[in-house]
Amino acid sequence: MTIDVAAIRNDFPILHREVNGKPLVYFDNAATSQTPKAVIDALVDYYSNTNANIHRGVHALSQEATDAFEQARQKIQKHFNAAKPHEIILTSGTTHSINIVASGYGALLSPGDELLVSAMEHHSNIVPWQMMAEKTGAKLQVIPMLPSGVLDMEAYQELLSANTRLVFVNHVSNALGTVNPIADIIDLAHAQGAHVLIDGAQAAPHIVADVQALDIDYYVTSAHKLCGPTGIGMLYGKEALLNQLPPYQGGGEMIAEVTFEKTTYADLPHKFEAGTPNIAGGIAFGAALDYMNSIGFEAIAAYEHELLSYATTALKKIPNLKIYGEAPEKTAVISFNVGDIHPYDLGSILDKLGIAVRTGHHCAQPIMDYYQIPGTVRASFSFYNTTAEIDAMVAALERAIQMLT
Amino acid sequence: MDTIESRQQEIIDEFSMFDDWMQRYEYMIELGKSLPLIESQYKTDDNIIKGCQSKVWVHADLEDNLLKFTADSDAIITKGIIAILIRVFSDAHPKAILDANTDFIDQIGLKEHLSPTRANGLVSMIKQLKMYAIAYQTQLN
Repeated sequence: MTIDVAAIRNDFPILHREVNGKPLVYFDNAATSQTPKAVIDALVDYYSNTNANIHRGVHALSQEATDAFEQARQKIQKHFNAAKPHEIILTSGTTHSINIVASGYGALLSPGDELLVSAMEHHSNIVPWQMMAEKTGAKLQVIPMLPSGVLDMEAYQELLSANTRLVFVNHVSNALGTVNPIADIIDLAHAQGAHVLIDGAQAAPHIVADVQALDIDYYVTSAHKLCGPTGIGMLYGKEALLNQLPPYQGGGEMIAEVTFEKTTYADLPHKFEAGTPNIAGGIAFGAALDYMNSIGFEAIAAYEHELLSYATTALKKIPNLKIYGEAPEKTAVISFNVGDIHPYDLGSILDKLGIAVRTGHHCAQPIMDYYQIPGTVRASFSFYNTTAEIDAMVAALERAIQMLT
Repeated sequence: MDTIESRQQEIIDEFSMFDDWMQRYEYMIELGKSLPLIESQYKTDDNIIKGCQSKVWVHADLEDNLLKFTADSDAIITKGIIAILIRVFSDAHPKAILDANTDFIDQIGLKEHLSPTRANGLVSMIKQLKMYAIAYQTQLN
């Protein structure tokens, strides 16, 4: 299976603009992906033709909007192979999704319970749990990482115990690109009676997680990482687990009956969808999955892997360039530094040359502390990038290094 | 007369010789090398300016009613930026520092760094220098 990159690039209006007088080379895909015309059209079409509040209106627009929103939920359900559509909660994004679960566990945890977090998490999968650990007296423990950027699975097995209630690990590390062995992580946790939350923010654009086949308890991701708009994402949770979690926010939409004496909550998914949701975003999330599935995730992964190999080989030719994260299984992310040059300096010069990369700690300070570096330059590739763009980045890097040393 | 305004004009004149960003950046990096370096005892976490992706440390001493700044950064572009600011504001009376505007940044083609959301925190650096000026001005009163 191959993909026609030239044709795909024509689907993305932004890829034709210039930055600082140079053609844009967008290598910050791990932060957010660009938006194809099909998704932009879905947003424009919704506001042009359908815009209405959903689930309660009896008029035609409201019903059309409700249908479109619920169809999007079904597309997401089908994409991740969830058993039921109401196991898909539409949220504002990964951070919101994690907070729903973390806050829910605030009511379920007690002192003596243990939570396991991996050493390579994004801050959004650390901080909500720290807050809950503090509130409940549960103990937060860290699954360590090995120098190559993979999790220490032996240490993980030693940390797991009958007291472990929940394990939260990213499917793919945003700073290193490591693909974590989530099937093993889940099996081992389940054997101890613990549940597992997988942060799929970085994985979802590259790998389709089959939540039933992998027996995933909770899976979270954001649409804007996979060609969708910002402000919309999802929480998948097994029905039984979501039913035992208390609601996160109170408000309209999430209730069954309200009196001043007592309120009963709505069923899933509405229990976790208080207020008017991001209707346009939800519909566009569905359109983004349609778009990516029309190209095919296997083809996307194969092509991105080619880009990763090409870029890794090219970058390794640059003297003193060190790549952080060399796990055998990686998505198309390369985190690196060159000698003692500060990543901020490199990123600034690359920007001047039209190359968009990310610099800094990538919201994963524990990883930077582990390697004892202030941060890295991170180039992350998507299926609409080309080897010619990688050549442009390498040339720009050489120029930047010359200026900075 | 050597004033904050005259120093700003000097820097504007120097930068006006360059016609592209690369030369400006190279000159800025060069200026970073002449930065009066902060003594290691002051290179503490308390003296790090918040809001920068790179680390910037600034220290100030008052001598003969004039503020003397020293600084350092772990990134060389940032070091160049703080060096320019210190060349303008060091050896000046706290009141003169407080009264000075910073329009010259715009005129030397570094306007893009002025946005408060820029990761290099030029705005935070200016704010920090002015905070020192406020503190010492209060002492002088």
